[in-house]
Amino acid sequence: MPRIELEYFAQLSEATGQRTETRDTAALTAAALYDELRAQYGFVLPPGRMRVAVNAAFRPWDQELSEGDLVVFIPPVTGG
Amino acid sequence: MTRFLMADGPVDSVALRTCLLRAEAGGFCSFEGWVRQTNDGRPVLGITYEAYAPLAVTEGQTILDEALARFDITDVVATHRSGYLRVGEIAVWIGVAAPHRDAAFRACRYVIDEIKKRVPIWKHEHYADGKAGWVACHRSE
Repeated sequence: MPRIELEYFAQLSEATGQRTETRDTAALTAAALYDELRAQYGFVLPPGRMRVAVNAAFRPWDQELSEGDLVVFIPPVTGG
Repeated sequence: MTRFLMADGPVDSVALRTCLLRAEAGGFCSFEGWVRQTNDGRPVLGITYEAYAPLAVTEGQTILDEALARFDITDVVATHRSGYLRVGEIAVWIGVAAPHRDAAFRACRYVIDEIKKRVPIWKHEHYADGKAGWVACHRSE
């Protein structure tokens, strides 16, 4: 079971009550990990409105996860 | 060269403009995004900008590289703030130098539009009534 590092921003940080998390997960892909977190923390945003970054680069949702990966789920951006 | 910066202090627009001065440029165009005193009619005191900085910088740099490839411009730089900003402060600054004005205007517009769509930065607005909240998403404006 890979150990994944997570960093939370904006609404996700508020929903989880934390900025970072280290998590052992059975999820094989970024999409499966988001589903797992959504079930636990009740994230409102569906994956269709989100993006995902692995090791500080945007990746597709079917990206496979490896030990030590840093995963960041990206809510709709509102900069500018 | 790093053309896109994340800044946690005030934006020095004079210094940014100076670094774009080129003998081959015939014009310069800039856009400043400011913290406005209302959002959707609700009075705003300030905004905290939160960024996923490593990705914000690489995505911002990608957008500027796209602008250089797409438009006939001499150079382009951009800076985005993080942290708490009061009404009237500069949240984002974009400057473009080009041989001719049309490319400068179009590149500047392209860069701000793409920043707003793609760069991982989020606004947490602080309202006059003491409440605060994450801005849900951009309106199409």
